[in-house]
Amino acid sequence: MHAKHPSTASASGRFRFPALSPGGLAGTSFKHEHLPAILAAGPQRAFFEVHAENYMGAGGPPHRALEAIRRDHPLSLHGVCMSIGGPQPLDAAHLARFADLVERYEPSLVSEHLAWSTHETTYFNDLLPLPYTAATLLHVCDHIDQVQHAIRRPILLENPSTYVAFTESTMSETDFIRLVAARTGCGLLLDINNVFVSATNHGFSARDYLADFPLSRVGEIHLAGHTEQTDDEGGPLLIDSHDGPVADAVWELFARIIGRCGPIPTLIEWDSRVPEWPILKAEAAAAQQILDRNAIRRSADHAAA
Amino acid sequence: MQPLDRGAQRSYAAVFAAALLAPDRATPSNVGVRAGKIATCRYDVYRNNVTVSLIDALAAIYPAVQRLVGVDFFRAMARFHVRTTPPSSPLLFEYGREFPTFIESYEYARPIPWLADVARIERAWLDAYHAADAAPLPAVALATIAGDRLGELIFTSHPATRIVRSQFAAVTIFAANRGSESVAEIDAGAAEDALITRPDNDVIVRRLPPGGADFLEALRSGLSLATAAAAALDAAPSFDIAANIAGLIEAGAFTAITLGERP
Repeated sequence: MHAKHPSTASASGRFRFPALSPGGLAGTSFKHEHLPAILAAGPQRAFFEVHAENYMGAGGPPHRALEAIRRDHPLSLHGVCMSIGGPQPLDAAHLARFADLVERYEPSLVSEHLAWSTHETTYFNDLLPLPYTAATLLHVCDHIDQVQHAIRRPILLENPSTYVAFTESTMSETDFIRLVAARTGCGLLLDINNVFVSATNHGFSARDYLADFPLSRVGEIHLAGHTEQTDDEGGPLLIDSHDGPVADAVWELFARIIGRCGPIPTLIEWDSRVPEWPILKAEAAAAQQILDRNAIRRSADHAAA
Repeated sequence: MQPLDRGAQRSYAAVFAAALLAPDRATPSNVGVRAGKIATCRYDVYRNNVTVSLIDALAAIYPAVQRLVGVDFFRAMARFHVRTTPPSSPLLFEYGREFPTFIESYEYARPIPWLADVARIERAWLDAYHAADAAPLPAVALATIAGDRLGELIFTSHPATRIVRSQFAAVTIFAANRGSESVAEIDAGAAEDALITRPDNDVIVRRLPPGGADFLEALRSGLSLATAAAAALDAAPSFDIAANIAGLIEAGAFTAITLGERP
C-alpha cells in the first residue's frame, strides 16, 4: 500500500476548497439530478454527503458536480465498500483511491461501515453482517487503523442494519462498537434508522440500544426511510431501503438523542426512488429544526448557569 | 473429495457468501435469529439485495439494451450474468465488461444479433464518461505543420476515445434507444463503426465512415498519419483523408500531435 505523504494540498497550506464546518447542520445525500436546483438556490445552510466510490473515476461529470457542490458547502465522504468487517485484508488499491479522494475534496466528515462487501475477489454490493467476537474485533480494529493511517485522520464508523445474527457472536453490537472506538480512536456515525430496523428485526429495544451506545463519540447521525415486510413467522421484518421519508418512530428517537447530546451533524439518506429536490430539502429542514431548537435551548441553559 | 470437516475451518464470510448468488443453496448454518425464528427469509433479504442491486447496476449501464429487449427480458438475462459473473471490483462503473460477450452467447438473444454491439457502445460510453479530463486538440493545430511533414504526424488519443466496430447499424440503434422517443424503422444490417469520446462534459457517439475505424485504430496505436492513411485506403478506396482527420479533430478524438522521426 502506498499511503500518500503530506506533499500537496495540506502540507503546502494550499487548500483548494474553503474550510467549512458541518457543526449543527442537517444535510442530504447529494444526487446529480438535484445539481441544477441546488446551484440555482445558491449556497445553502447545509452539508452534502456522497458515496466515495461514485467519485473514483479518473474524471468527467461526477468530479465537476462534486467540485461545484464542495465550493460552497461542507462535505461528508461516506465509503460504502471498504469491507472493514471482512476477515480478509483490505484492498490496497481501493484504500489508496479513498485516500486520494480525502486529499482532493477535503471533506469535513469521513465515514465507513461496520460491515463487509467483498469476499475473495467477489464484490457483493451490499453491506453484509459480521459476528461480534474477540477475533473479529481484532480484524476490524486492524482495518480501521489502516484506513486512518492512510488518510491521516480518524473516521466515523457506522452501526449496521441487520436481518440475521451470528450464532458465534460473544458480545453485543454496542459493546463491540465501544471497544472498536476505544482501541482505534475512531468516531462513530450513529444511523438511527439502522438501530430501529435492527431492533425490530431482532426484537430488542431501540432505546436500550441507544442507552448502551457510546454517544460521546458520535460525530454524525444518519436518518433514512425503511420499508416493512414480514418474516417466515409473519412477524415484522424491516428493510433498510433508503427509498422514502424518515419514519415517525425514528424522528422520535432522533429528537431524544439530540435533546441529550445537543446538535450533531445529521444527514437525510435517500438513495433510491429519489424525490425532487424540494422534498428532500424539506426532510432535511425538519431535522434542522430539531437541531436548532436544541442549540437555542443549550445556549439559553448556558446563559442561565 | 473435500474433507467433511472443511466447513468448520471456513470464515464466517466464506460461509455467508457461498449462498448469496446461489438460490438453490441452503441458508448458511452460522446465522440465526432469536428463539422461535428461522433465518431463511431474513437471509434472503441479503440474497435479494445483492442480486437486485447488481441487475440494477447493469440496467444503469445498458439502458438502450434494456429498451430494445424490454425490462422483463433484460432483467432475466442480467440475472444469469450477475450469478455467473459478479463484480470483481467495488467500483460498479467498472462492472459489466463481459456482458456484451455474454449477450452474444445468450440463447434467447440470438434473434437480435446487433444487441451485443449496442451493449459495447454503451460500455464504451460509460468509460468515456469516467475517463480523465483533457483539452482536445484545437482545430487549427494542423495549420502549424509544414505540408511536406504532415504524413509524419503522430496523434495522441484523448483518454476518453474509444472505437466500437459492428457488422450492424449499432450506432443508429444505440442513438435511437438511449432516450424515450419513438424509433423510426432502422436497417439493422448496415455495418457501422462508432467513435466514442468526451472532449468536455458530454460524451459523444459518432458513426465513422468506411475506413474510418482502421484509420483511427492505426493512429491510436501510434502509427504516423501517412501509415494510418494507407491502412484506411486499403480498407476503403474512397476514404477521404483530409475530411476524416478534420472530423476526428473536431470531434475531440485527440489531445496532441507530435512530429515523428523522418523515415
